Amino acid sequence: MTAVLEASGLGKKYGRRWALSDCTLAIPPGQVVGLVGPNGAGKTTLLHLAVGLLAPTSGTIEVLGGKPADGPAQLGRVGFVAQDTPTYAGLSIEDHLHLGSWTNPTWDHDLAEQRIERLGLDPNWKAGKLSGGQRAQLALTLAIAKRPELLILDEPVASLDPLARREFLQGLMEVVAEHGVSVVLSFHLVADLERVCDYLVVLVGSRVQIAGEIEELLASHHRLIGPRRDPHSLPANQQVIEESHTDQQSTLFVRTDDPILDPAWMVEQVNLEDLVLAYMGRASSDRSHLPMSVVRP
Amino acid sequence: MIRLAWRQFRAQAIVAFGALGVIAIVLAITGPHVVSVYDAYNASVAACKNCPNGVLTPFPLLQVALDALVLVVPALIGIFWGAPLVAREFEAGTFRLAWTQGVTRTRWLATKLAVVGLSSMVVAGLLSLMVTWWSSPVDTFNANRFSPSAFGIRGLVPIGYAAFAFALGVTVGVLIRKTLPAMAVTLVGFVAARLAMTFWVRPHLMAPVRASMAINQASTGLSISKSPAGGLSVMPGSVSIPNAWVYSSQFTDRAGKPPTSQFLSKACPDLLSGLPGPVSSQGKVSVRLGGGAPPRPFQSCLAKIASRFHEVVSYQPANRYWPFQWYEMAIFIFAALVLSGICIWWVRRRLV
Repeated sequence: MTAVLEASGLGKKYGRRWALSDCTLAIPPGQVVGLVGPNGAGKTTLLHLAVGLLAPTSGTIEVLGGKPADGPAQLGRVGFVAQDTPTYAGLSIEDHLHLGSWTNPTWDHDLAEQRIERLGLDPNWKAGKLSGGQRAQLALTLAIAKRPELLILDEPVASLDPLARREFLQGLMEVVAEHGVSVVLSFHLVADLERVCDYLVVLVGSRVQIAGEIEELLASHHRLIGPRRDPHSLPANQQVIEESHTDQQSTLFVRTDDPILDPAWMVEQVNLEDLVLAYMGRASSDRSHLPMSVVRP
Repeated sequence: MIRLAWRQFRAQAIVAFGALGVIAIVLAITGPHVVSVYDAYNASVAACKNCPNGVLTPFPLLQVALDALVLVVPALIGIFWGAPLVAREFEAGTFRLAWTQGVTRTRWLATKLAVVGLSSMVVAGLLSLMVTWWSSPVDTFNANRFSPSAFGIRGLVPIGYAAFAFALGVTVGVLIRKTLPAMAVTLVGFVAARLAMTFWVRPHLMAPVRASMAINQASTGLSISKSPAGGLSVMPGSVSIPNAWVYSSQFTDRAGKPPTSQFLSKACPDLLSGLPGPVSSQGKVSVRLGGGAPPRPFQSCLAKIASRFHEVVSYQPANRYWPFQWYEMAIFIFAALVLSGICIWWVRRRLV
């Protein structure tokens, strides 16, 4: 199966600053992929490269086996919801649906209208008068009614309150269940990610720290607590992601596909937040602070 | 995509065509009266012996307002239709919505340029058509259609100005990406282009006609000047050919030389005594005479000049008015097409 998104040595430079550099990534189809990373890690740049709003400075990116935004067919295969879900303030919801139908050959108008009706939105409302949650729903409706094979969302829930956030993600899950569309979405809240994603990509400093199915990742990572010990003395199949030590005790965050046999360790299950934080902490351990907030709503 | 471009332009189009409708009604009501006033004047001139030497134009304020409107409408189109067309999409972030639909951004921009650009030309064209019709009795009376203040607000050229101003606005908006600065730059750029065309380009669009005519004692004015060094020179008074554009006129002999200082001092001794002496180091002192029967010393002076010299006028004849209109409109439309091409290229290749 071709990857829905495949990047190789991908980089984007603004002036003298690299917003994304040497990014190599392959995302399998049929997944809901959560892309997490601190601000400035290059998430938005990566997603804009994927929809063709940006062109790479170096490397290559292929989406659904094609070059991003390379002609109307390729544009029609990818649905995109940009950060802050931009819409035309002066146009009504109905106008936006027309906009979709006039510009997308595969537009499903019934789907769009039903979705707006189910959301309890009046088609005559101006987009500028909608709440952030309603606007996000409108943007999502536009993106899915073009019946894309891949849906890309750039921090779609970042500016929404918890209730609107839950409704939006629920709507998204329904779409995934109904249409079997692949989804790539970026987050800065791990809790949201946990609710909807089954594949995780952690991006820090424009590099992919870890990528994989969430279930497998959770099964293969453990927190080991035991008497103080040099991490280098661990078995070779145990990779230390993060470590902390007190005088007597060591706490290690390790990745291994095999069971932990050493009885000296107390083995704790990890959750997704621990995992994301561990990888982000490792990537930015030389930094004085972590600009990313991991918050539970 | 055309329907989307129309939908996004609808509110502005309604305002513009609504205003045109109102203007059309006002002009349709007042126009016949303007015609009748000038018809009556022309009839009385034809019939009279003691002729009226002028006519009071009816609706002077409306005339001023219409002239001003035709003058500023292309600029307004550039500022309010052109500059925000893409710049506002950048400011609101909606280009991310528009450019990820199933239409390439090349087609998206080309369609918008075509729909709003052609509308701009239609609006300016209709306005100019109405005002040109309404003002035609006045313009016929003034017989000065080539004057810089009249040429640009009648006929075809406003269509070219509107197309150019619009394309300039879009281009500046694409490059600057901010609506307000783009509006300001568009205004400055458009005014500069209009002035450059009026004063530098338009005079060279066609080589002027040179006409040589006998010096007419009754109508030719002249001005004699004395330089600080005491040298004399003479220039014909301003020549007025109805609706023509006179570049220059001068007295020359068969060899193409102007009257010399020596000749003038012999031919016009009486004038010399009438001229005050040199008064300033850099200035010239001159005597001017308008048309009509000049006083005796000037008559003899003029007669002597006329016996050896004739007057050479360089001008664009009145029947070149429409060729000039076509040329200038075509130049601005061509510039608009070039700018549109730059816009599309930039959005496609550079803005990624």
